[in-house]
Amino acid sequence: MTETRLSAPGAGIGRAGQVTLWLRGLPARAAPILVVIATLLALWYAACIPMNAQQSLLEAERAGAIVTPATAAERRDMGGMTLALSNPATALAHAFGQERPRLPAPHQVLAELWDTTIDKKVTSKRSLVFHAGLTLAPTLLGFAIGSLAGIALAVGIVHSRVMDLSVMPWAIASQTIPILAIAPMIIVVLNSVGLQGLLPKAIISAYLSFFPVTVGMVKGLRAPTPADLDLMRTWNASGLRTLLSLRLPSSLPYLFASLKIAIAAALVGAIIGELPTGAVRGLGARLLAGSYYGQTIQIWSALFGAAIVAAGLVAIVGGIERLTLRRMGLAR
Amino acid sequence: MNAAALIAVWAVLWGANVRLARTRAGHWIVPAIFGLTLLILWEMTVRLFDVPEVILPAPTQIAVAISQNLPTLWADLVQTAIKGALTGWLIGCGAAIATALLVARSGFLRQGLLPVGNFVAALPIVGTAPILVMWFGFGWESKAAVVVVMVFFPVLLNTVAGLDDNSVMQRDLMRTYGASAAQELRYLRLQSALPFIFNGLKIATTLALIGAIVAEFFGSPTLGMGFRISTEVGRLNLPMVWASIVSAAVVGSLSYGLIAALEKRLTFWHPSQRARR
Repeated sequence: MTETRLSAPGAGIGRAGQVTLWLRGLPARAAPILVVIATLLALWYAACIPMNAQQSLLEAERAGAIVTPATAAERRDMGGMTLALSNPATALAHAFGQERPRLPAPHQVLAELWDTTIDKKVTSKRSLVFHAGLTLAPTLLGFAIGSLAGIALAVGIVHSRVMDLSVMPWAIASQTIPILAIAPMIIVVLNSVGLQGLLPKAIISAYLSFFPVTVGMVKGLRAPTPADLDLMRTWNASGLRTLLSLRLPSSLPYLFASLKIAIAAALVGAIIGELPTGAVRGLGARLLAGSYYGQTIQIWSALFGAAIVAAGLVAIVGGIERLTLRRMGLAR
Repeated sequence: MNAAALIAVWAVLWGANVRLARTRAGHWIVPAIFGLTLLILWEMTVRLFDVPEVILPAPTQIAVAISQNLPTLWADLVQTAIKGALTGWLIGCGAAIATALLVARSGFLRQGLLPVGNFVAALPIVGTAPILVMWFGFGWESKAAVVVVMVFFPVLLNTVAGLDDNSVMQRDLMRTYGASAAQELRYLRLQSALPFIFNGLKIATTLALIGAIVAEFFGSPTLGMGFRISTEVGRLNLPMVWASIVSAAVVGSLSYGLIAALEKRLTFWHPSQRARR
């Protein structure tokens, strides 16, 4: 059994041949990405020098070195670029090892990430894995609620003209309300009703993730051509049977595309949901605590932690998508 | 009893909607009545069940709060929406489209930047707000910076995808006309990219307002929508909070509508615009 089309490149060469083809194409595909990433990293390191110049010169002065404007008072109003240019050696030497830099260097962020994920016990309050887990729970719950609600709404919209006319414009308008901005209020209000912990954050996540799913599913459920629908009608299929056997299967590619957007949005919702509750635990709490105490490295590591979690979640949905679509014979 | 009254009102208005949906004017009336239904039900729920104002104020209370605090709301609006969000939106979208024009010229850059851009677009970029507030201070400049970062990648990705959305046949036709690269860009690539660019701009308008408001949670002068929301929540003055939300929603909807109208004007030829005639 082969899954590729007969005309596809490498169709007749078996699995080993396909792997070889894939490997041979790898450098051509990976090189541009690596170059772009390397350029970004180089820019980042370069930016560290002027950004941290103020602090570098202060450290050097305290250590007894001579810097060009001699006192901190004279340097306060000068730009980082001018400072770095007038003391190139000092600025370079102290730019990448500060404790609270304005812009931490990539290796500092990496070291902090390593320190807070691998070196700490998972149950420790200083472990980033612990905080990421606490953010992940409301994300997944909210994602589940939001996508189910979105699918249900889409089924209603496709089957009822009244719902299509009345709900759809308001669903679009609801997205222009900056939900993230009122997230604090939702948390506080639900708190005063007695709802605490997982659910309030999950509600925000759900609100953010329902919309992409609704829009995608409406498009997907309407994807069958009139000819397909007519065929179902000639078989005297009921509305439910048409939905189950024709509309739902053909909507799956659209569903997965929107689920990927939805899960990333759900994570953002959960992070923002953590900000107002005093921000004790979770990735959002690490961001806020870091910004209160000027712990820039902690902010950046929390940010990258969130990025890794987001990328992981999207990748998992993408993996399920590929498996499902391949089983259904819809894979491209 | 109370619940029965609510359900009765709902049933009557929904019934009216079902009937109106078959008429010609349904396109406008049905959504309006649906919105009105929600407002009436909201007001009735709050009054019938004696919901405390701290939890959910009634629409009438919110309307009173709006009319009493118009100057404050306007000052917040100028600070957040015009100085913060609009400036950031203009800079961010301009930079993104300019970058896209550069990227589209080079296949190498496109292969490298697109996966990275896709990755970045999925990230919780709001998280950069505390860092940018630390760099640019508490004024509107930091809010604009957050907005720039937030809108950049969605617009970039959409524009690059749009600039590629033309066939070999169309490009060959341009070449047979002897079109220069600039002419090909002006008359073919940019035109066919417009639907995609507008898609990105629409996403960017909602993101811009969110970014500007959320950035104010991390530090702001004593005005601005985000500042108003977070302080009034602290004082449990919920009608004022809702008044701010209403003004944010109105601004958001208006700017979205503006972009959509412009899109209709400029991309009238696209199938998605012609379908609904």
